[in-house]
Amino acid sequence: MSDFHPNAKGGFIENTLEGLHFAIERALYAEVSASRAGVLQRLDPRVKVAGLFALVVSVALAAKLWTIAAILVLAVALVWLSSVPIRAVASRTWIGAFVFSGMIALPALFLTPGTPLYGLPITLQGVRTGSFLVMRAETAATLMLVLAYTTPWTHILKALRIFRVPVVFVVILGMTCRYILLMLETAHEMFESRKSRTVNRMSPAENRRLAIASSGVLLHKTIQMSDEVYFAMQARGFRGEVYVLDDFAMQTRDWFALAAFAALAAASVLVGR
Amino acid sequence: MMLFEIERLTYRYEGVTAVDDLTLAIPEGCRVALLGANGSGKSTLLRLLDGLIFGQSGTILFRGDDVSEQHMLDDEWALPFRRTVGMVFQNPDVQLFNPTVFDEVAFGPLQLRWPKDQIRERVDEILDRLRISQLKNRIPQRLSGGEKKRVALASVLVLDPAVLLLDEPTAALDPRSQSEVIDLMVEWGGSKSVITATHDLGDLEDIADRCYVLDGGKLVAEGTPAEILADTALLRRTNLIHAHRHKRGEEVHTHSQR
Repeated sequence: MSDFHPNAKGGFIENTLEGLHFAIERALYAEVSASRAGVLQRLDPRVKVAGLFALVVSVALAAKLWTIAAILVLAVALVWLSSVPIRAVASRTWIGAFVFSGMIALPALFLTPGTPLYGLPITLQGVRTGSFLVMRAETAATLMLVLAYTTPWTHILKALRIFRVPVVFVVILGMTCRYILLMLETAHEMFESRKSRTVNRMSPAENRRLAIASSGVLLHKTIQMSDEVYFAMQARGFRGEVYVLDDFAMQTRDWFALAAFAALAAASVLVGR
Repeated sequence: MMLFEIERLTYRYEGVTAVDDLTLAIPEGCRVALLGANGSGKSTLLRLLDGLIFGQSGTILFRGDDVSEQHMLDDEWALPFRRTVGMVFQNPDVQLFNPTVFDEVAFGPLQLRWPKDQIRERVDEILDRLRISQLKNRIPQRLSGGEKKRVALASVLVLDPAVLLLDEPTAALDPRSQSEVIDLMVEWGGSKSVITATHDLGDLEDIADRCYVLDGGKLVAEGTPAEILADTALLRRTNLIHAHRHKRGEEVHTHSQR
C-alpha cells in the first residue's frame, strides 16, 4: 500500500502527490476486489448489471423514505457479503455523495414551504425533500460501487453491450477506465518532478499558480496520451466492440439472483408509491 | 513483391512537417532499421505504416494495397492487416491498459475474434516463450520498465504477425533488459519482416539488414548497417553520433567530431 502517511501534513505538492497516490491505489483496487470470493463476485455480470440497475431505478421511483432506506440496507449487506470493506465504501462513496447531494439539498430545507421545525428557519417538508435527495444519491452510489467492486470492468462493458447500450457510450466508458490510471500516473510523475526541484514551502499564491499551470500541462498531456492509448488499442485490432475471454453462462444461482433482484425492485416500486 | 511502397508521402501536424515527401520501398522478409535522431520522423512513419494516421499527400501501399482511411474502416481489409502487422510502441504504458498481464496479452487475439481455447493456449505459450509466465496475474501498471516492455512485446507477438513494427524497442531499458529484448527480436525475427525505429547504433547489425536514415522527415541515406556505420560524416550530420568522452576509473578516452 501507500508509502505516504495518510495523515501527513505537507505542502501543496506533498498533499497533491499523496492524493494522486491514493487515487492510483483506488483505481487499481476495484479489479483486485472483483477477483475476490464473495456473493456478488460469483454471479453472472449480466445479472449484476440488470439487477443493480433495476434497484437504482426503483430508488429513483420510490416515494417513501423507508423503502429507499431498506434498499440502502440491502446494498450495505451486499457490500459486506461481497468482502468489500465497509470503510472503503464509506470513504469513497458515502462521504462524497453526502457532501455533493447535501449541498444541492441544503437550500430546500429553507425554501420549501411548510411547517417550521422546532422553531428553526427550516420546514418539515424541506427536510423531507432534502432527505429524499441525499438518500437516493447515497443508495444509488452504493449500488453502483458494489457493481464496480465485484465485477471486472471489461465484464461490465460486455454486459452493457449485451443490453444494447450504444457502442459509442461503451467505448467512451472503456477508454475512460483505461486512461484514468495513465493520467493519474502522469500527474504523479509531474508533481514528483516538481517536488524534486522545490526546496522551500511555497506561498499560497505560488501554490495556486502551480495548480493552474499543472492543470494546463496535464490537459495537454492528457489529450496526447489518450491518442496514444487509442492508437495502441487500434494497432491490436480494436474496432469499438467489447470482447472478453470469459463466456457468460447463466447458472441456477444466477436465475435465483435475477428473480430476487426483480422482485425486490418491483416490490419497492409498488410499496413505495 | 514489396512489403511497403511509400510514394511522396507527407504528414504534417500542428504546423510541423514530420514526414516530408518521402519515397522508399521495403522488401518482403527484410529487417529494416529506420535511423534518425529525435524528431526525425521515424515514429510518425511507423504510425503511418500501421494505418493509425494518414498522410496529407502521397500513398503507402502494403503488398500492393493502399493503406488508406477507407480501407481501415473496412473490417474485411483492416482485420487481416492488423493480424499481419503488429506494432510495439515506444512507451509501453500506453500499450498496457488491461487489468492483468494475461488479459493484456489476450486483448489482440480477442479483438481479432480467435477461438477462446486457442487464445488461452497461445497466451500461455507466448508468456512462457518470453519468460514472463510468472507475471501472468500481475497488474501491468505495477511492473518494472523491462517487464512492461516484455509484456508489450508479448501482447503483439501473440498474434504472430508476419510484419513487426518496433518503435525504439530498447529505449529506457537497463543494459541487461536491452540485450534480452534484442535477443528476443533476433530469435523471433527469422524470415519475418521487422521494421525498427531507433537511434541506437550499437545493435544495428543485429537487428537490421537494411537501414534508412531520416532527417527532418526526409530520407537522407540508405544502405546496409556496415555502410551506414562507416559513414561518420552522415551519422554526425544527422546527430546520430557526437563528440563525447568516456571516463572509467583512471581511463579516459575521447571520440572527436573530426
